[in-house]
Amino acid sequence: MTASRLATGGSAIDRSRPIRFSFDGATVHGYAGDTIASALLAGDVAVVGRSFKYHRPRGIWSAGVEEPNALVDVGGSVPTTPNTRATTEPARDGLVARSVNAAPSALADRNAFLDRFARFIPAAFYYKTFMWPDWHRFEPRIRAMAGLGKVDAGWTSAGTADQINHHCDVLVVGAGPAGLAAVRLASGAGLSVMLVDDQPKPGGSLGHRAGEIDGKPAAAWIAETVAELAAAGQLILPSTTAFGIYDHNLVGLNQRHCDGRPDTLWRVRPRQIVLATGAIERPLPFANNDLPGIMSADAALAYLRRHAVLVGRRIVLATNNDSAYEVATALAEVGADVTLVDIRRDGTPPTPANVGLVKGRALTSATGKLRVDGVTLDDGTRLGTDCVLISGGWTPTIHLFGQAKGKLAWSEARAAFLPGDPVDGIAVAGAAAGAVSLSEVFAGAGNAVTSSGQKKAAIPHSTGLEATGGITAAWPMPGSKGRIWIDYQNDVTVKDVELAARENFVSVEHLKRYTTLGMATDQGKTSNLPGLALMAGITGRTVPEVGTTTYRPPFTPVPLASFAGARVGELMAPVRRLPLETIHRANGAVFQEYGGWLRPAHYGGNADAERSIADEARRARQSVALFDGSTLGKIEVIGPQAAAFVDFLYYNTMSTLKPGRCRYGFMLSENGVVFDDGVLVRLDEQRFVVSCSSSHVAAVHARLEEWRQDRFGRGAVYIHNATSDMATLTVSGPNARKLLETLDLGLSLDDSDLPHMAVGHGTYAGDEVRVARVSFTGDRSYEISIRADRAEPLWAQLRRAGQAFDVVVIGLEALMILRAEKGFIVIGKDTDGTTLPHDLGVDGPRAKRQSEFVGRRSLFTEEAARDNRMQLVGLAVPQGEAPLATGAHGIKRIDGGLRSQGFVTSSYQSPTLGRPVALGLIERGAARHGETIEIQHLGKIRTATIAPPCAFDPAGDRLHA
Amino acid sequence: MQLFPCPFCGSRDETEFHYGGDAGNIRPDGAEVPIDRWADYLYLRTNPKGTAREIWVHMNCGEFFVMERDTVTHKVLSSAALGGEHAA
Ligand SMILES: [Zn+2]
Repeated sequence: MTASRLATGGSAIDRSRPIRFSFDGATVHGYAGDTIASALLAGDVAVVGRSFKYHRPRGIWSAGVEEPNALVDVGGSVPTTPNTRATTEPARDGLVARSVNAAPSALADRNAFLDRFARFIPAAFYYKTFMWPDWHRFEPRIRAMAGLGKVDAGWTSAGTADQINHHCDVLVVGAGPAGLAAVRLASGAGLSVMLVDDQPKPGGSLGHRAGEIDGKPAAAWIAETVAELAAAGQLILPSTTAFGIYDHNLVGLNQRHCDGRPDTLWRVRPRQIVLATGAIERPLPFANNDLPGIMSADAALAYLRRHAVLVGRRIVLATNNDSAYEVATALAEVGADVTLVDIRRDGTPPTPANVGLVKGRALTSATGKLRVDGVTLDDGTRLGTDCVLISGGWTPTIHLFGQAKGKLAWSEARAAFLPGDPVDGIAVAGAAAGAVSLSEVFAGAGNAVTSSGQKKAAIPHSTGLEATGGITAAWPMPGSKGRIWIDYQNDVTVKDVELAARENFVSVEHLKRYTTLGMATDQGKTSNLPGLALMAGITGRTVPEVGTTTYRPPFTPVPLASFAGARVGELMAPVRRLPLETIHRANGAVFQEYGGWLRPAHYGGNADAERSIADEARRARQSVALFDGSTLGKIEVIGPQAAAFVDFLYYNTMSTLKPGRCRYGFMLSENGVVFDDGVLVRLDEQRFVVSCSSSHVAAVHARLEEWRQDRFGRGAVYIHNATSDMATLTVSGPNARKLLETLDLGLSLDDSDLPHMAVGHGTYAGDEVRVARVSFTGDRSYEISIRADRAEPLWAQLRRAGQAFDVVVIGLEALMILRAEKGFIVIGKDTDGTTLPHDLGVDGPRAKRQSEFVGRRSLFTEEAARDNRMQLVGLAVPQGEAPLATGAHGIKRIDGGLRSQGFVTSSYQSPTLGRPVALGLIERGAARHGETIEIQHLGKIRTATIAPPCAFDPAGDRLHA
Repeated sequence: MQLFPCPFCGSRDETEFHYGGDAGNIRPDGAEVPIDRWADYLYLRTNPKGTAREIWVHMNCGEFFVMERDTVTHKVLSSAALGGEHAA
């Protein structure tokens, strides 16, 4: 036994609540308040994982979010989560933890042999090696070996993640001494404050570093501060990480709950942000510095004072700065044999009691197999040990400041990047700003808050032991002997950085990508600075000349479920629903989504859908059909300039339309392309209704508004989207009028009063109805629009009365057949992003219109006049053949090769004609009716004859029949 | 997430807005407009580094407005309703 739990102490643990969990199948004992890492250490588990590339054995390095080695998949009594950090994951009774990158266990990993081939697989090995003959031949095996934790394919969410928006005057990130001081000052100044910290309890470094504040022990000062904040009603969130600062100082928080609930996402808009995020201890460079049993010195102190875990018996503590001295003192006090090796010869603090101090020496290598067992100093001295602690200096946690585009400034004295020029609304305090002593921390915290212009409250006074900031930088050096790790998780060594420099990947961003330095799940929290300092040394530049990579959120991983929130399942992309949906369902409708609307595809249930659709299309031509067309756009354009407005918006002249009449037309985009088609109804001189395509309502409405506001002005026209106000029930077929005559709609259905392309007004059961003679089937049709909430009785009566006429209710699929028989187009299906109106055979307005309209100039370009444009045609197949495939290409043979000359846009079997009908866009198609061309689909070639688009009732007699 | 000031609704999340193009990209009318001028109107954008005058629309209230902002710092400098200055 080397690491062990002490009989007393441990501020974080509750010895009255023992817990038991498993790690790689073995039972681990701990107490409530333990992390997985502290319990593993208490149980003397040295190897907790394997490195990503070489499968080197790895132990716990840290006690926090920066952990590069101790990643575990957790499950059992907690929701299954891969790749959690054992150093921050609470130990829970019944939890099941598995090491990652190792099989069957971290201790006995079968891929450990890879480390013996390490010299053959340096940085960029994959880029150079697996290019020939084809990366994809190697990919499956490499992927199987790589990767960290295992995703649980059977995982289901315990519920949707909450998302909370919050506003406050001051958001303080970090509840260490700087954060607590800042929040106390802000609260005292009457500001609303939010304090967040990633630990379960506030205190930060005060949880394990000594300190006396305002004459009290740190713990008492923390308790007093928290009580004061609670009394003031301030919001304190423990176990909550500020993971990102976004534009305009939006802060994202990830709040963890220890009760199985999904994490909560907070979006906070503070007036001011105080970053009191502390600092992260760095490793030191020496050969085999990645062996299990080599740990951050500050982490060892945290485990000792928070969890009563002594991490070793014969400890070598290597350092280049003053902060390690408190660690050495504390470990010696509990009986450990401590040798402190300080790289500095002069200016060191007093030698701690019962600690052996070696000055002016550094470690050059460590030995051991599955755990460190000795170290060698640079004078050749060998020391036996069971635990090596490292304090290589402090890297301020300025990720959030960097994300907010804050510039960093290099401090030679602190051997670290510190926050540079201030960023609006953001202050940095405490160790994150480079402060070391408590008095320095408190002074900075005072400035952070008073900079908001509020009155200054009392700054806490540190009365205890003062830390000092002395440090001598000890960066990795080029040409060092042995394998010296810089990035533990991604297995990047000094030699890899040297290789990158030799191959001229000297920019910090290239260095990162070439070696993967800092690209692991820990995002280089312990490795980035040593790595770029080494690059500086190799290339003869200073550290600031090399610079840092870009800081990007998230600081620590955030579950995707947090970002999704309630937008899962049907709520991810909500569909629009018909007012009569339940009626249709009761009548056996099968629903599908069409352009954002959930609509009946056909009736008659799911069985034999094709026959149902064909029956509906056939019967619609025989007598009368009912169709729910409620999705059709109904956008009203009202006002003194309404006629001029629709003239400008439409390709066709619309101002000549008489009140009570309708006209079909196109809307173009400014590039001339047909954007939408539909019928415009003129209700009176100053009032039109734009019946646009169902799926284009929102886009057409937006475009009407844009032109209204940009060109016509507020007083000229008013636009009202009434699409969902009204249901539109369509009655179509030879007996449509006879069916309508059985209803008393209070208007004349006589063709002289209500001819084709006219609109009439009546009432049904006391409600106004609008009846439009508009046809998308080619048969006599009436579109009846009525208040959406009163549509049901009208629909029911149409069906009842229709029984006498063998009425058929049709879905959208049958309607698609009917309109294709007639050669009626669907924009976006029978047209694409290049189709101009004259490609569809509508050339009149282009030739004749004198007034301005959207897209006009684009119709008179070289491109628009090209003589081989693709034009709308019908396509007929030889007798007895099946329908063409939609999307199949018309081809022509040029110099022995095949070239597309257009494609099939719509294709159906017509039950009425007893043969397929198809529409297509074919080069010069309008002039080639009667010509037979080849059609290719999936390698098979058929023939089709170009025909006029309309295959059924070309004279249009049925409109009036 | 940027905050944009709608002249009608006040400060709102950028996800509520759509970009509407450069402000001052005046449409040239007529079938005789020189083709280069028309192409400029359709496709040529200034894409300035620094202060930009742009048209935005607040999808919630449907109002288009002019917003000045800095494309580097993302600072919003001003926003104003269209006011019908292009009204016919
Ligand atoms: Zn608005």
